[in-house]
Amino acid sequence: MTAYIVRRLFATLPVMAVVALFVFFLLRFAPGDPAAIIAGDDATAESIAAVRVKLGLDRPVVEQFGVWLWDLMRGDMGVSIFSNLPVTRLIAQRVEPTLALSLSTLLVAVALAIPIGVVAAWKARKLVDRVVMGFAVLGFAMPVFVLAYVLIYFFAVQWQLLPVQGYRPIGEGFWPFVECLILPSVALGVTYMALIARITRASMLEVLQQDYIRTANAKGLATDRVLLLHALKNAAVPIVTVIGIGIALLISGVVITETVFNIPGLGRLTVDAVLKRDYPIVQGLILVFAAAKVLVNLIIDISYAFLDPRIRY
Amino acid sequence: MIVRLLAVLAALVLPLSAMAQEKVLRAVMHADVRVIDPVWTTQTIANIHGALVYDTLFGNDADQKPQPQMVGKYEISPDRLTYTFTLRDGLKFHDGSPVTTKDVIASIKRWGAKDGVGQRLMGYVTALDAVDDKTFRMVLREPYGMVLESLGKSGSSIAAIMREKEALTDPQQQVKEAIGSGPYIFAKDQWVPGSKAVYLKNKDYVPRTEAPSSFAGAKIPGVDRIELVWIADPQTAMSALVNGEIDFYESPNIDFLPLLAKARGVKLLKTGKLDGTQGMIRLNHLHPPFNNVKARQAMYHLVNQEDFLRAIVGDPKYYRVCHGLLTCGGPYENDGGSAFFKEYNPKKALQLLKEAGYKGEPITVLATTDHNTITPATQVLIQAMREAGINVDVQSMDWGSVVSRRAKKEPPAQGGWNIFITNTGGVGAANPVLHTWIGAACEKGLFGWPCDPEIEKLRNAFGLASSEDERKRIAKELQTKAMEQVVYIPFGQWDTPLAYRADRIDGIVPNTGLAVLWGITKK
Amino acid sequence: MAASATSLADDLAPPSRRFSLLTAIRRNPTIAFGGILLLLLVFMAVFAPLIATHDPLRITPVNRLRPPSERWWFGTDQFGRDVFSRTVYGARVSLIVGLSVAAFSSLLGLALGLACGYFRRVDAVVMRVMDGLMAIPSILLAIALITLTRPGLGIVIVAIVIPEVPRIVRVVRAVVLSIRAQPYIESAIAGGTRNLKLLLRHVLPNTLAPLIVQSTYVCASAMLIEAGLSFLGAGVPPEVPSWGNIIAQGRTFFQIAPWTILIPGAFLAVTVLAVNLLGDGLRDRLDPRLARRL
Repeated sequence: MTAYIVRRLFATLPVMAVVALFVFFLLRFAPGDPAAIIAGDDATAESIAAVRVKLGLDRPVVEQFGVWLWDLMRGDMGVSIFSNLPVTRLIAQRVEPTLALSLSTLLVAVALAIPIGVVAAWKARKLVDRVVMGFAVLGFAMPVFVLAYVLIYFFAVQWQLLPVQGYRPIGEGFWPFVECLILPSVALGVTYMALIARITRASMLEVLQQDYIRTANAKGLATDRVLLLHALKNAAVPIVTVIGIGIALLISGVVITETVFNIPGLGRLTVDAVLKRDYPIVQGLILVFAAAKVLVNLIIDISYAFLDPRIRY
Repeated sequence: MIVRLLAVLAALVLPLSAMAQEKVLRAVMHADVRVIDPVWTTQTIANIHGALVYDTLFGNDADQKPQPQMVGKYEISPDRLTYTFTLRDGLKFHDGSPVTTKDVIASIKRWGAKDGVGQRLMGYVTALDAVDDKTFRMVLREPYGMVLESLGKSGSSIAAIMREKEALTDPQQQVKEAIGSGPYIFAKDQWVPGSKAVYLKNKDYVPRTEAPSSFAGAKIPGVDRIELVWIADPQTAMSALVNGEIDFYESPNIDFLPLLAKARGVKLLKTGKLDGTQGMIRLNHLHPPFNNVKARQAMYHLVNQEDFLRAIVGDPKYYRVCHGLLTCGGPYENDGGSAFFKEYNPKKALQLLKEAGYKGEPITVLATTDHNTITPATQVLIQAMREAGINVDVQSMDWGSVVSRRAKKEPPAQGGWNIFITNTGGVGAANPVLHTWIGAACEKGLFGWPCDPEIEKLRNAFGLASSEDERKRIAKELQTKAMEQVVYIPFGQWDTPLAYRADRIDGIVPNTGLAVLWGITKK
Repeated sequence: MAASATSLADDLAPPSRRFSLLTAIRRNPTIAFGGILLLLLVFMAVFAPLIATHDPLRITPVNRLRPPSERWWFGTDQFGRDVFSRTVYGARVSLIVGLSVAAFSSLLGLALGLACGYFRRVDAVVMRVMDGLMAIPSILLAIALITLTRPGLGIVIVAIVIPEVPRIVRVVRAVVLSIRAQPYIESAIAGGTRNLKLLLRHVLPNTLAPLIVQSTYVCASAMLIEAGLSFLGAGVPPEVPSWGNIIAQGRTFFQIAPWTILIPGAFLAVTVLAVNLLGDGLRDRLDPRLARRL
């Protein structure tokens, strides 16, 4: 098993390298000049040029890439062009909120989707199935920010039950932490509900039709137990797969949610950095995201081993 | 059991009581604090930060008259060439070291190397020396009437006094530490760029004794802690204010004002007669068709200020039509040149353009996509141009890209531009010297590069003028010339009142030109 | 020799599934419902100039933020533009985005998936690149691409296509791998049948069904992504009406003029729903087993 993990990790290095290269050069050739943005609205062309020189942006792109790579190997992701703070510190500050939001969203999505998928599979092709799946898809059909505004309007502004925005780290208390996450994770979770519900339903359907389930039914075991014990366990593999895919998609959804609810996470950091052309931050973030994806994939693959005894490494 | 219960209660209550004693002001400004050196950038938000952390030698009061701030007493020699300044007592930097003339002189030199107004001032200075630790002297080569106003200016790039160590940093680079002598201390370790900037009360700050008046008078740190929270989404920010999660919202969308006015505990405040924004349509004087003054003047026929202001602001209560370049409602408002402003007549505009040699080439407009006032204004202009039958080449891009592209002097087809739209603050635009966009210094000037030595001469004359009447006369002549040359076309003025929780905070200082947060106390 | 090998392959191959449109519609109401709804929307998009009541681009600041009335059926936005007309024209852009993304990503994904499933060496390289692409969050990639050039419909489509391709490649590749492993294919290859012929006659038809299903989901998701990009300021240029853009620009006024968001939002939701229904119905009709590969 360990050998497998090590092998997998090594296999990803070339991929990460390609990703890093791609993004680095993409950013450098984009129009828009961080020096001009930094210098501010009333700065003259001369002062902008001077700023550019100081930031090292006038050196050839290949040289800039080499410098970055060299620093990276020593654990230094560079400093932000704007704030002069180390990229590692900027990213570390923001990991916790994004992680908290992602996990709570996943929790909401899974908690809603699996029962929906199970029910839909049980009553497949009947009206209940269509209605329930329709409800799930409705959540997916609305853009996240529309749903978010509706939720904020009712739950925060009108009824004043929950805060409008912000993020409180768990160190400030458990309830403040949770109450800030409720609306965002519901808004985002509902959009993923459909995806997970659909796969749950499909996997359950497939398993339910298999012979050994019908035998169990014929033998007179209670229907509930049949569903839960046998079907779900066997359907777990594709469900876990799609949860894994969902995590990758989550980052995109998190970007919008973080903007609406003002959560200082990695999603917002990414968008701000790209729009401001703060190259070092964007490069660092790409690497972090790629690494996270690799880690998630690995965890998913390993969990297969526990869920399906037929898979062995 | 009881002991455990009491311990739990104590653990809950103690932190609450500690928090209850610390007064925190949570404010949302128009941008997030990204750069902490107010001299290195002209961004307004950096200056809001700078105003909290640094102190200045002079501060312009509510009537835009400079008053001594860090300076205790000062003397101007009879020939008006020598200024002797003595610092007042009790000035200390946040690290405890006293403010000396070494720090002051280095700071002024750095500011004078980078800031436009500062450069102009330093152009007149022949010597800047310390007499002792508290007194220094500035010698001019000819009398200049704007010395004190320049040192006390509030708009962009205030003349922040830093420690000599930071002041010796190359002006083209940011300072590494934000250590000033102002009423608040920047808590750099708690700074999360793009999200939150934290300022702590400077307990050792010795404010002046006069009443606060804009940047003059006492600057008293009223709360223990200021958190500048950045909320990108204007609706979320408004809801947060209504919900009580923030106390102060610098620039709410005008459309939210009716909602905010109705909300419990929330009050709106127009911060002063000069505060506000002026919209500017900037033409590129370097390339055809707008290198021809007649073509530029043709564009006056396309600007109906009401249309622009309605699109940006909506409610007529908050805007005013102003056919001049110097802020209407300001001390140097005049009607010079307003005759150039014409009735909205797209056909006439096209006819005049053709007479000036326009043959239907594409005119490149840099269309910002993500700015809440510049974007709608650009849309209105583009529609007017299309209505005239002008061939408009719309280049849509985000503000960051516009800022880069407008600096290019190449022809529009090769990465340059013909038109872009921007704003400027009402306070700076009220004074011909402080108003950078009215200048016409040709290649050395601001984007658009209008070129007219007469205008620059008039600006200098304004600085050297000895009486208010003379200043007013010069201002009128200057504006006439500038409107004739079309240094830019103004599309109106609007207020941006701020919104705050009147049930929580008090003491907002009005008439400042940019939001200042000293003086605010929490109930 | 080649001829007999081919006919041998034909004899041994399972009968290829023929996709009968009429049967599908008759037997599955879901497809009918989704399909008809979609057709109505396409009709609205195509005949927009006849249906719209005002010029969707015309700015009349004096009329800003008016509620729905006889003159402006869906009210006006912050520029005084008629929301009804913009919504009707917006169908064009949103549908073009959705359908183009689905079409291009399907074609690209099909080509890559066939190549990967069939040729092992291609598979090794291309799948690594796909993994790399999937490692970058799609919105980040889209924003980066869009800021690389000017905002425009073409760029937005390209920016959404690129992150969607790996998903389709994966689906197609799975099908190809499973078919390729079948004995009749192995023997055909051994017998000397040309790869291209096998690909086109036996592998390709089997990939079409899951591909079509997958592409409907891609279409729906593309329309939503476009709305998200507009929200972040990286979508189509602001004056161009697309549902995403209308919603994104109107969002600031949600509490004072909800019609600017809710109505286009409803249209978007209904379209996404219709496309999804279509996809679900097709999937159920074609083969429940295919669901697993999604």
